[in-house]
Amino acid sequence: MTERVLEASERTRAAKTRQRISVRPQSAKSKLAGSFHTPLWHRVAERLIAILALAAVLAIALIFVFIAREAVPMLWEAEFAEEVQIRDLFFAKEWKGYDEPVFIWQPVGEPAKFNVVPLFIGSLKVTLLAMLMSVPLGVGCAMFIALYAPRAVREVVKPVIELLAGIPSVVLGFFALMVLASWAQATFGFHFRLNAFVAAIGLALTIVPVIFTISEDAIQAVPSTLTEAALALGARKYQVALRVVLPAAIPGIAAGVVLGFGRAIGETMIVLMASGNAAIMELFDFSTSVRTVTATIAAELGEVAQGDPHWRVLFLLGVMLFGVTFVLNILGDLFIQRLQKRLTAS
Amino acid sequence: MRYTSKDWLLAGLTGVSLAVILLLLAVLLGQIVWHGAPVISAEFLSQSPGADMVSGGIWPAIYGTVFMTLLMTIAGVPVGIATAIYLTEYASPRSRIAKIVRIAVNNLAGVPSIVFGLFGLGFFIIFVGGSMDALLYDDTTPVWGKPSILWASLTLAVLTLPVVIVTTEEALRTVPQEFRDASLALGATRFQTVYKIVLPNARGGILTGVILAVSRGAGEVAPIIFCGAANFLPYLPTDLRDMFMHLGYHVYALATQSPNVDAARPTLFGTVLVLLVLTFSLNLLAVIIRARSRASLRS
Repeated sequence: MTERVLEASERTRAAKTRQRISVRPQSAKSKLAGSFHTPLWHRVAERLIAILALAAVLAIALIFVFIAREAVPMLWEAEFAEEVQIRDLFFAKEWKGYDEPVFIWQPVGEPAKFNVVPLFIGSLKVTLLAMLMSVPLGVGCAMFIALYAPRAVREVVKPVIELLAGIPSVVLGFFALMVLASWAQATFGFHFRLNAFVAAIGLALTIVPVIFTISEDAIQAVPSTLTEAALALGARKYQVALRVVLPAAIPGIAAGVVLGFGRAIGETMIVLMASGNAAIMELFDFSTSVRTVTATIAAELGEVAQGDPHWRVLFLLGVMLFGVTFVLNILGDLFIQRLQKRLTAS
Repeated sequence: MRYTSKDWLLAGLTGVSLAVILLLLAVLLGQIVWHGAPVISAEFLSQSPGADMVSGGIWPAIYGTVFMTLLMTIAGVPVGIATAIYLTEYASPRSRIAKIVRIAVNNLAGVPSIVFGLFGLGFFIIFVGGSMDALLYDDTTPVWGKPSILWASLTLAVLTLPVVIVTTEEALRTVPQEFRDASLALGATRFQTVYKIVLPNARGGILTGVILAVSRGAGEVAPIIFCGAANFLPYLPTDLRDMFMHLGYHVYALATQSPNVDAARPTLFGTVLVLLVLTFSLNLLAVIIRARSRASLRS
């Protein structure tokens, strides 16, 4: 009770002092005067800032709703049911002329065959191949820069890799299509000039900067007390690097890998230009051409009439792609949070 | 300290990965400059393409790219800066809204660019444009509900939003807390502090973010394939409802749909070089401004 009274008297006193303070700047007509009559536009602007801050949330919601809006009518539309069975989108079917159930994407065939499995296999194949190239490169590069490189090298290399991140993906796709494809065919004797391998090199170029930047940050963030303690115990530098620094930075590296994976699976222009775009169900042979989910949407949507079954399936691919990258992003964030917790705890 | 042979091995292995990346980058830039530079001429930069798309210049594509990027900046940057101001200056660190906004920004940054293309088509063109047509006009030919430079720019504005937000937030955080405390202690309101103290001091960093976003947006092709980019347009877009030519899209169309790719090679390399010079000079500008603003805050 008394506490509350005390608090109240405190508050009135504070209000009085505030009044007293506010009188002076007003009379002095200072521009910074904290008058109690804030101009209307200040309040409007503050309100506006708070509203605009929700734009990103709104954008995510709108993206999901308006892509789904074009896909979902497939569930009840008669036109869709006539041409495609939803089951056939995901499961193998024994089509006329085939002697076993197959997964097949053939939108211009008669009847049109829309099985999304070959496309996701294609995306996965190129992405995994690109990860196999870029994870060792990115992490190795980050270790070299953080542990061994002299300061001068570091100052040069970091902006150069940022430069790599700034190259538009259509330029990388062009490079893969025009230069890498010819080089790879001449070197390895590929039967198809454009194939999963060429596209994967192009993709690796886009994700190396992602993996490098996040891994390097994670390695730099390992407290020097840890490394110094290990060195003081007589560990060699390579032992410190492999047994102390790397394990401590693992969540950060994992975050880089996950985010890089998300970036690669959603990348469009490089695979569209350099992968050859034939939908072949073949998981391990990377010298054949592949057709990814993203390239399919980009290549086919322009030629389809709005509301067509094919149109609905392409938007369904968009929804699924959105879902996959959404989960990967949340996962990457979790890894980064865990890294922060681990480093502050030690 | 003395390195053992195993140290040299590890340093060598990691050093090789750096060398591989630098080599690839060097080959990429070298090839493009080597084949592209001879093509660049005053005519190439200032003329319209011929009917075969290969002869003539690429002026409409340069114009279209710059025009679209400008519209995108006007639409997206103020929203991004406002979000960053809200997150750093107004929201308390434990606020639930701020947490949700941060998650949304992170996820928005990870949405594939082709999905943005679907969004631009489904939301801006079909929903917004279509509704505008239904409200304003009686006849059925679409006026707003079709691909145009306006919808392409707005789609890219959403795509670049996270870049603006993240870099602006970083810039606002570099302004020392003492500046804010001093301003508030002098009796300024929170908005006055933001407007007169924080923003002017973070100007360099914010500009960096804007430029990085512009450079990112200028190079994106996947989102605009269905939202307004045109294969071939001999005239310049003058109206928001016009379609437009775009450097990146021009490269994609020429490289994959041209009947004779060998004949298109020089034009292609020239166009790629122009696009690279455009994005790199923006990136370089961003790096310089950032370095300068950091130096001035330190002093």
